[in-house]
Formats: sequence, structure tokens, C-alpha cells
Amino acid sequence: MNTLILTSIEQGLIFSVLAIGVTITFKILDFADMSVEGTFPFGAFLFAKLISGGFTPLTSTLLSFVFGTLAGLLTYTLNIKLKIKALLSGILTATILYTINLRLNGKSNVGLFSYSSIYEGFEPVIILILMVFGVKILMDTFLKTEVGYLLIATGDNETLVKSLGEDSNKYKLIGLMISNGLVALSGALMAQYQGFAEITMGTGIIVVGIASIIVGDTVLRKQRFLKLTTRAITGALIYKFIGALAIDLGLAPTDLKAINAIIVIMFLSYNTFNPIKMKKADELKVVEEVKC
Amino acid sequence: MLNVRNLSKTFNPGTNYELRIFNEFNLHINKGECTGILGANGCGKTTLFNIISGAIRQEKGLIILNGKNIDNLKENERARFIGRVHQNPSAGVSPSLTILENISLSDKKCQKFTLRKLINKHKTEAYKEILSTLDLGLENKLNTEVKYLSGGQRQSLSLLMATMNKPELLLLDEHTAALDPKTSRLVMEKTQELIKTHSITTMMISHNVRDALKYSDRIIMLDKGEIILDVRSSQITEKELLSIYNSRNYGSPLSEAV
Ligand SMILES: Nc1ncnc2c1ncn2[C@@H]1O[C@H](COP(=O)(O)OP(=O)(O)OP(=O)(O)O)[C@@H](O)[C@H]1O
Ligand SMILES: [Mg+2]
Repeated sequence: MNTLILTSIEQGLIFSVLAIGVTITFKILDFADMSVEGTFPFGAFLFAKLISGGFTPLTSTLLSFVFGTLAGLLTYTLNIKLKIKALLSGILTATILYTINLRLNGKSNVGLFSYSSIYEGFEPVIILILMVFGVKILMDTFLKTEVGYLLIATGDNETLVKSLGEDSNKYKLIGLMISNGLVALSGALMAQYQGFAEITMGTGIIVVGIASIIVGDTVLRKQRFLKLTTRAITGALIYKFIGALAIDLGLAPTDLKAINAIIVIMFLSYNTFNPIKMKKADELKVVEEVKC
Repeated sequence: MLNVRNLSKTFNPGTNYELRIFNEFNLHINKGECTGILGANGCGKTTLFNIISGAIRQEKGLIILNGKNIDNLKENERARFIGRVHQNPSAGVSPSLTILENISLSDKKCQKFTLRKLINKHKTEAYKEILSTLDLGLENKLNTEVKYLSGGQRQSLSLLMATMNKPELLLLDEHTAALDPKTSRLVMEKTQELIKTHSITTMMISHNVRDALKYSDRIIMLDKGEIILDVRSSQITEKELLSIYNSRNYGSPLSEAV
């Protein structure tokens, strides 16, 4: 049971980075970016390529973020420049990445056991906590800047952003690039954690990201002032734990994808069927505001 | 100041839904004046604003502001000198941000947005003061997300935000239509004060004939893409204006304003 908890915390932390990335597109920008399905393994294969090319684990991990942002650039180009619908743009990017991922190392499964990783010499959980904390602090700080607020405003109301003299597309690009960078980073962290990069590791990953957000939002519904990053991290941890529990109870790991979807459905329908609870939280907030 | 020359605009050209709004339309707006724009629902008032502000493109014609053709400027580039309050109260604000965050953003309008922190504690008092002039108590709700405000409160906030940088041309699209009578008068007076002190050239769409007369220097009435009336406000009465509305067979006849 203890290893179960530790493993799900570690994996939950890895998926926290993914969830923060998905938060930027789905929640902040209101952009259903499906490219994540390709970007997550892209990060893993990039890492494999870089580490086998002689880079240190840390450099390889950070470069996975940097190259991952390019996936966001591609989706942006398809959507904004070529005017392809957001959903399809993301799927097209993911499809292109599928081929790139296979080409990167010439195979669909790359073992990484012979290379060192950023977890080496430490407890992986410590490294991951530092990593996630770093990402969280950076994101929180960014979202408080002028540019960060414009990113939020772009998801809210592009007309406003334009009336402020800014090109709202620029902020979509920034958001998509950061998001995909984070997802690739998460993929790189996962590859090192499990010891291999594998072509199917992205399948259904978008559900994991969205699920984490939904779980985080549902669980932390009352805590309205909590940051989006905190919600994403909490959601990813709880979500991963539920999944691990399901496996521990005897379900096969291959059942996990369906379990993932079912968890999402459960939390979503909980939200739907609890209108009173939702309302209360909203009213509560207004009352608090008026008081202070 | 503003010159609209030979403007033509047709929606969905070449389809069954083709709708010609303007055909060789001309309009001149004088500097420093407030021009009230009247006209029936659907006659193209908002469309005119959309074209002037660059939100949509015309097929033909020029938009000349202060002698400069601004046709090749994008909407966000025109924002440098054009401020606009939309008919839709939510169009001018970011609902998921707080009042303070919205105001802080508009305070940076058309400046460089950087990686510095947006919220500047030293400015909070000044913002509170601006908000308090609306008399809606918004100054005590700085940390309330705008989505929790009523339509009228949002509209009032939009006005403040649109005029934060003292634009050369201000486009007001029924900006008090969503407000209760008292707030409406307050916002109108606030608007007039802003316009006069900074001599902002203004175009004000309104369905309130009385307000249009009282607060604008000149009245223009549109119908079927044409100016059917263009007078100084001092030279026409409310009754006369209403009778024009009624005589043009605009939908249901109007009764005298409340
Ligand atoms: N994007 C669009 N596509 C097609 N038709 C449009 C579009 N925008 C406006 N129209 C049509 O153009 C006409 C003028 O619309 P507009 O919004 O300018 O009217 P308005 O004078 O502002 O009316 P109101 O007083 O009701 O606000 C309407 O018939 C409307 O249906
Ligand atoms: Mg209109």
C-alpha cells in the first residue's frame, strides 16, 4: 500500500505538469487543444534523442520543454493563419507529431535504462516536488504580469484585448506554446520515470489532463481564491490516486483508460447534478465580497 | 475630424441572405462635438461603429480620421485613438478578472504590456476614486470578479475603461440602455463631463430621444443606410423627432418617451 501511495504521488506530480499545461489552453484560453496527445510522447522521444546524443539529463529535460513549444506554434499556425478549427488543428498537430515521434529515434519504443536520469541519486519524489513547485511558481508569477493577464483576458474576451491595443492572437500563441512546452516537459519526466519512451503513451492523455482539472475544481470548489495551478496539481494527485486504487483493487493496467474516462464522467455528472451546491458557492462568494 | 466617404457594406453578398446596409454613404463628424445617432433597430448603427473601429471591413469607401486614412489599420491599432463602449455590456470587460484587474489593464491601454506585475498597489486609491464617481459602490468591490456584476454595472465599468486613455474619438453604442433611470442619468452626466473636459469627439447611438437631445450637439437619424435627418440639437424638439420616427413606419409607433 505504501508503494502504491508513493507511486501515485510521483506519477501525480508528473501529471501535474501536464495538467498545468492543459489548464492554460482549455481553461484560460478556452482553446480545446488536442495536440497534447502528440506533444506528451514528443517530450518523451525528444528526451530519448537528446540524452542518447550526449546531453545531461537536466539539459535534455529542459530542452524537451523548449522544443515542445514548437508544437504550440504549429497548432497556432493551423488555427490562426490557416483558419482551421481549433479542435482539428490540434488533432492535425498530434497526427504530424506521431510520425515525428517515430522518426526521432527510428523506433516506437526506446529504452532509457542505460542512461542516467534527473531522478538519479535522489528520491524521485523530491526531484518531482521541486520540479512541480518550480513550474507552479513560474506560472503563478507569469499570470500576475501584464502579459499574463492579457493571456487570461484573451480567453475571456478578445474584443477587450483588441480595444486595449493588443493583438489577441499573440496571446493565443504565447498560451499554446507554454502549454505544449509544459506537456512535453511532463512527457520527458514520465519517460525518465518509467525508463522508456513509447509511442502509445500519449493515447488518451488529454483525458488525464482534463480529468485533473475537473477533479481539482470539484474538490476545491469552495476555495475560490486558490490559484489555477494549485487546483491542477491537487486534481492530478487525487485523480492519479483514484486510478492507482482501481488497479490495486484488481483491475488490469490496460483497463485504466476506460477508468480514466469514467472518473471524468463521474466528476462531471456530480457537477451537473449538484446545482444547489454550485449556486451556494457562488452566492457565498458574492456575500463575502460585499462584506469586505 | 472623422470622415466616412463613399462607404458601401453588404452582408453575405451573393447569397440569399444578402443584406445591403450602406451604399455610397457619407458622413462628417466635427471635432469636439457629441453627435447623437438615432435610427430604428437594425438600420445599421452598430455596423457603422464596427466599420469605424475596424471590427469589420467595408467593401468600399474610406474612413478618414484627422486627415489620415485609417483603413489599413487593424482594430487593435485603431484602439490607440478610438474608444468604444459596446451595446453588449460584457464586450468591454473581462468577466473572470476582478474590477481592479480590469481597470488596471485598461490603465495600460495602448502602452507596452510587459512582464512586470500588473497590479500596482499605489494606484488602487486613484482607481477607487474614479469608480466612486459612478456611485454604484463598485469602489468597494475591487476584488469581485466582473462576472458577478449586473449588466448595468458592467456597462458603467466599460465606459470608465474605454475612456481611461482619453481617446480622440469615442463611440458609445446605447451605453446607458441597460441602466436604471438614476444610474443612466449619472452615467450620462459622467459621460458628458468626460467628453467636455477632454474635448473628446463622440458619436452616441441612443434610442432615448430625450437623452440624445439633451446630451448631444448634433442629431443624425439613419434609415435604410441613409442620413434622413441632420440637425443641431437646439433646432429640433423631442416631439418633432418622435413624429419622424412614427412617420417613417418604423415597426410599432413610438409613444412619447417616459
Ligand atoms: N455580422 C453580420 N452578418 C450578417 N448580418 C448582419 C451582421 N451584423 C449585422 N447584420 C445585420 O445588419 C443590420 C444592421 O445591424 P446593426 O447591428 O448595425 O443594427 P443597429 O442599427 O445597431 O440596430 P439596434 O438598434 O437594434 O442595435 C441588421 O439587419 C442585422 O441583422
Ligand atoms: Mg446596435
